Amino acid sequence: MPTRTQSSKPSNKVNARMTSPLSWLWIVGMAVIIAVPFLVPSMQLLVNFALAKGLAVLGVTVLLRAGQVSFGHALYFGIAAYAGAFLMTSMPATDFFVILIVGVLGAIVAGLFVGLFVVRYRGIFFGMLNLAFSMIFWSILEKFYHLTGGADGLRFTRPTVFGQALDHVQFNMVLYYSVLVLMVALGWFTHRWFASPVGQLFQTIKTNETRLEYLGISPKRALLSGYLLSAALCGVGGVMMGMAQGVVTPEYVWWVRSAEMVFIAVLGGAGSVQGAFLGALIYEVVRTYASVYAGDIWQMILGGFLLIIILFAPGGLIGILESAFKRDTTKPSAKTGDRK
Amino acid sequence: MTEVLLETRNLTIKFGGITAADNVSLTINAGKNLAIIGPNGAGKTTFLNICTGWLKPSKGQVLFEGQDITPLPPRKIVDRGVARAFQIPQLFTEHTALENLLIAASARQKRRNPLVDMHAIPERTEMLNLLDMVGCADVADALVVELPEGQRKLIDIAVALALKPRLLLMDEPTSGVASSEKHAIMEILIGALKEANVTSVFVEHDMGIVEKYADEVAVWNSGNVQLRGTPAEILEHPDVIRDVIGEVV
Repeated sequence: MPTRTQSSKPSNKVNARMTSPLSWLWIVGMAVIIAVPFLVPSMQLLVNFALAKGLAVLGVTVLLRAGQVSFGHALYFGIAAYAGAFLMTSMPATDFFVILIVGVLGAIVAGLFVGLFVVRYRGIFFGMLNLAFSMIFWSILEKFYHLTGGADGLRFTRPTVFGQALDHVQFNMVLYYSVLVLMVALGWFTHRWFASPVGQLFQTIKTNETRLEYLGISPKRALLSGYLLSAALCGVGGVMMGMAQGVVTPEYVWWVRSAEMVFIAVLGGAGSVQGAFLGALIYEVVRTYASVYAGDIWQMILGGFLLIIILFAPGGLIGILESAFKRDTTKPSAKTGDRK
Repeated sequence: MTEVLLETRNLTIKFGGITAADNVSLTINAGKNLAIIGPNGAGKTTFLNICTGWLKPSKGQVLFEGQDITPLPPRKIVDRGVARAFQIPQLFTEHTALENLLIAASARQKRRNPLVDMHAIPERTEMLNLLDMVGCADVADALVVELPEGQRKLIDIAVALALKPRLLLMDEPTSGVASSEKHAIMEILIGALKEANVTSVFVEHDMGIVEKYADEVAVWNSGNVQLRGTPAEILEHPDVIRDVIGEVV
């Protein structure tokens, strides 16, 4: 009988994970990321951008768990970044954490308004309606030049941190480790949320809304709960990206940005928390270096790479890693058998 | 005095030129197992769909415990204590059998804490027992998409029971179940319903099951209740033998 081995005993599952070679890989990977500002300072900003983008990709990943693809989630990335930028331009020297909170609240409020409308739809209609909302916001940013700075966007000075004005290097350090903490905290939270009853109810939208309704649950409300989480995650990514760049432009909301988030989510492993960040890191590194060394064909390289992933490794990069380590864990037992 | 749990008054619904429910007035008494029989297309499933809010009648009312539930969506009717098992099992195919029940238990308790693992909810043992009761304990960890139809059917009923309803509506509960297991399953199911004081309505084509497990039988024909009585009265009625059982009188 086919079984899903990890479902019956959660405690064993956690223990197994803690001792699996893959978990050691994550620990080593985290250690490397923590050490980047000291080992390879030139990569610090790149990793910072990648992790900020990874937070937004995590938002898209949440929706993928319910079988829904949004082609407009850059909306929340942009709204949060602009909310922070507006605050900074009107009240310079606002604290970093205040900007983060205001930006994310902006994304959540926008997510609630848009979400109440789009959760009535599924599939292509859901995806395209999100795109429509993001493009409406993009137009507003472009046309209301006197407020938004138009295509030039809004530039702002560095925020303070706990009331302290930091220099460029210090502030970048704060940003870097903040995005790292956010990655761990929100990644952990999202992971737990997926496993929780409310997260599981949300994920059933993918397979059977009729039964969900007959369990006394509103599918629209279940989808809205995940939609708000996804908007908040995109918002966190947007604010962090805005502060790292010191400028926000309508490009934050441009449809290509939304498509990029979906691209990275599939590349990393659709539905995987770790995959969102792994995908974002690989994507940013490939994009940066391919654009330097491969001129105008870097998009083609990435496109080809995604094609290979979809055709031969639908579980994404995370799926490749998991299957590779699963094979590895079977080897020792085989060796033991040989010794006998 | 017998308590009326569900009552329908003059339910009418048409699909184009077909009248699927034609002034259906019926009472369902608490604590009883009512079997609905009738030829295909008689409106049996439509009746269940109306009672659970999936379809809205063009005319008539559905009252549950004396309160009008006609305009309510299915989820609100579920909250009042009416559960449903389907002819084609409605399960979460990417989840295991146990997870389907845990999701149902979580929905019943309206659990909202995002940091609690669903597998660690207090109802876990209760759900395992429920799976055991319907004879599916050995496939608790199997993905339901990979299970045979008969087992999916039983899990579908278990999901409905996980909601602890006062009224359970089942559409052909034993179809797809192996003939040799039908009576054993119904024995357990009806026993569990009695123990939990759950009233049931089940659409059924197997007259052996109807005869043995129903307290009352309602015969559907052309969108309405043609006859109602005890199994002994109904199954020997010449109209039923001719129209439903299909034997020459």
